[in-house]
Amino acid sequence: MSVGIVMLVHTALGRAEQVARHWAAGGCPVVIHVDNSVPKKTYTAFVESLSDLPQVRFSKRHRCEWGTWGIVAASQAASELMLATFADVRHVYLASGSCLPLRPVQELIDYLSARPRTDFIESATTADVPWTVGGLDQERFTLRFPFSWKRHRFLFDSFVKVQRRLGLKRKMPNGLVPHMGSQWWCLTRQTLSAILQDPERNTYDSFFKRVWIPDESYFQSLARLYSSQIESRSLTLSKFDFQGKPHIFYDDHLQLLRRSDCFVARKIWPHANRLYEVFLTDAAGAMKRTEPNPGKIDRIFAKAVERRTRGRAGLYMQSRFPNEGWENGVTSGPYSVFEGFSDLFEDFENWLTKATGARVHGHLFAPDRVEFAGGHSVMNGGLSDSAKLRDYNPRSFLCNLIWNTRGERQCFQFGPADSQAISWQIAKDPNAQISVISGAWAVPLFRSNRNFADIRKDAARLQKVESDHLDILRSSYVKARVRIWTMAEFIEAPMEPLQTILDEIGNRSLRRLSEVPKMADLEGFGQFLQNLKNQGMHPYLMGDFPVAREIQPASQSPRKPYLVR
Amino acid sequence: MGVWQSYRLRLQRKRWLLRAWRKRRELRMVTDRTSRIKSGDILLFSTMRNEQIRLPYFLQYYRDMGVNHFLLVDNDSTDGTYEYLADQPDVSLWHTRHGYKRSRFGVDWLNWLQSRYAHGHWSLVVDPDEFLIYPFCDTRPLRALTDWLDASSIKSFSALLLDMYPKGPLDSQPYQAGQDPLEIAHWFDAGNYSISRNKRFGNLWIQGGPRSRVFFPDRPEKAPALNKIPLVKWDRRYAYVSSTHMLLPRGLNLVYDEWGGEKASGVLLHAKFLDTFSAKAAEELSRKQHYAASVEYKAYAENLKSNPDLWCKWSEKYINWRQLEILGLMSKGNWA
Repeated sequence: MSVGIVMLVHTALGRAEQVARHWAAGGCPVVIHVDNSVPKKTYTAFVESLSDLPQVRFSKRHRCEWGTWGIVAASQAASELMLATFADVRHVYLASGSCLPLRPVQELIDYLSARPRTDFIESATTADVPWTVGGLDQERFTLRFPFSWKRHRFLFDSFVKVQRRLGLKRKMPNGLVPHMGSQWWCLTRQTLSAILQDPERNTYDSFFKRVWIPDESYFQSLARLYSSQIESRSLTLSKFDFQGKPHIFYDDHLQLLRRSDCFVARKIWPHANRLYEVFLTDAAGAMKRTEPNPGKIDRIFAKAVERRTRGRAGLYMQSRFPNEGWENGVTSGPYSVFEGFSDLFEDFENWLTKATGARVHGHLFAPDRVEFAGGHSVMNGGLSDSAKLRDYNPRSFLCNLIWNTRGERQCFQFGPADSQAISWQIAKDPNAQISVISGAWAVPLFRSNRNFADIRKDAARLQKVESDHLDILRSSYVKARVRIWTMAEFIEAPMEPLQTILDEIGNRSLRRLSEVPKMADLEGFGQFLQNLKNQGMHPYLMGDFPVAREIQPASQSPRKPYLVR
Repeated sequence: MGVWQSYRLRLQRKRWLLRAWRKRRELRMVTDRTSRIKSGDILLFSTMRNEQIRLPYFLQYYRDMGVNHFLLVDNDSTDGTYEYLADQPDVSLWHTRHGYKRSRFGVDWLNWLQSRYAHGHWSLVVDPDEFLIYPFCDTRPLRALTDWLDASSIKSFSALLLDMYPKGPLDSQPYQAGQDPLEIAHWFDAGNYSISRNKRFGNLWIQGGPRSRVFFPDRPEKAPALNKIPLVKWDRRYAYVSSTHMLLPRGLNLVYDEWGGEKASGVLLHAKFLDTFSAKAAEELSRKQHYAASVEYKAYAENLKSNPDLWCKWSEKYINWRQLEILGLMSKGNWA
């Protein structure tokens, strides 16, 4: 008893010859089907090159275009020839010219003779499996597909649309249940001959001729009628990308293929000399005698699909530039924006660095230069502190900074004196944690030693800018984690909000805050605001500051820091 | 994009092709080995001037990668480039004395040569100081990539132009012919690239890197473009519009994914900043044959007087393509 190999070949005939010889040498009869599109001359030369092997035969040629009936017709013709010519064949293994046996042929023979009644064919009902790419699953069977998808895409698509519109449907013949799966199967003589000699075969054939990609459903559906024991998996290792094209194996996959333990792998790059050399010449191959387990190899290809379809969040590059809203993460990691904190607290940045261990920048969007942490002029990835470079593309600047510092939390200060172009981006970024003390920009003005007319002008401008910015932060498009306090609210109980923010940052220590930032001296601030009002400039963003609220502690001897428990 | 717009782009493409056809007269064929080009060969196109010292390594690099034939234009070199190239067995050489600028920086010449010889071939257009890096380039030849692109019905392959520079002043380590320039210039900027989309042609516009950081911090819009599409399955109807930054028809410029995924892409290591650079910059400045009134070379000349160090604390040292992949400067896409 032996295994017969049916090979479908259309290119790289040299490699196909090598593989056919390998199978034959291992004692397997081979029937080769060569695509009709291969030129006559090439075909004859190919037949000639294998003429020294009696157990290699060639079947009637069909035109095999992807997704069409030709491939099924070819498999049928070759299988019929195989069953008729080689009487001792018990299993027929369907392979392609770019398949490569990974384990010694004898192991495959032994494996199959230990399972004489088992059909290895991946076969799942379309209703349950979301494998298909391109939106056609059940419709593969209910619609007609007379046009080539590769050559006449427009006709193909329009015809599908028309049929959908008209509600045209076909019924499966004889109540057949549609199944789909990998086109590379290994069937027993019993099952295969039952399919091929079925009195209803003409009915089935004429039905499947108009099915989309029949090579993935013809044998898969019919095997269910006759097989006594179906093992629904393919013995061929074959990985598909997000468009349903098979992944190709190269020389550098050698170790991976060795570990796969599969009998046959597809598809092999024809120039992968090392793979062919190792697996075809070295009979021992050093493959362990274990159950085939393509799972080991899954991860690497699943990752490739993931990378192609979702990509790395927050990365912008020459081959990934998502439309707005499709980024799957505007930036690559969470970061915090503090507005007004460094105005209200003295040396807030140092305190925050100590409290969180994050990288705390100054005003990254300051008008004159980028205030990187530590006053550096260049930051991770070679980001320059030039304000012009930053403002040339603020979006790229911020995304770059967050990307370059992956693994390290970034915090920066922001305020109405800064370049505002970034407002919308941070507001719409779910990674942003924005905390605002509104109106705190008045504190530096209050403490400055400038003419009141200038102060008034600046205050009016800053209030306008911040109010616009707050409108953005309150819009319905916001995805960031936004917290806004008026200054009056905030200084009532500064530690609670601070603790919340820090908890959310998830600082290294779980301890409560032990050291509090020092608040600027606000004595006379109420009067300052009143003066602005008296000049006709109503500051409202900071909330209510009574003139005479001669603020409790700050005036007398500074109280001991207040700890939140 | 409306019908009108695409019609205008079509006219523009025809205009560039016509212009290339007109400019063919400026090229004089020196050595014609194009009969050796077999179907399926990978071709490399380049225009150069006074690059003799770089050529031995350049040719070797791309031969090893699997380029089958080089089609080169010598723009009146005086340093032996011409003689050297004429002797190479896999080089077909053209010579011209005409202006680099008038041929739109060589684009017209190469468009002509490509439409003539590259139809149906994978065609790589690079300068002698550009070295292509693609995913798995250490284990798979270029043909593996082009076969995969063919199988995936992808017609164009993008690469970021990554400026490489040495640590310390440019002239501290002299470059020897045949030497790997990356032994000297092996530092780069990993993450300061700004990207925007060119609505009209559909391509991305990338600027940044050390040239932006050091030479153009005050005029970022003038910084050179770093987006390139050097590898294209050529058709005689295609035309490069501006250097290899963009092409027509504009579908070829869609080398990036817009829905969040990553397409496969590479990097062109740009080993421009060697000790030869100062002399080159001075010469180019006097010839005034470069882009935008040679603004780039003017900026270099100003800065080079002070012999700047492009290196900074955050410069990355080049290791291999996997490093570039991890840094997000290129991607394997779904090639595994």
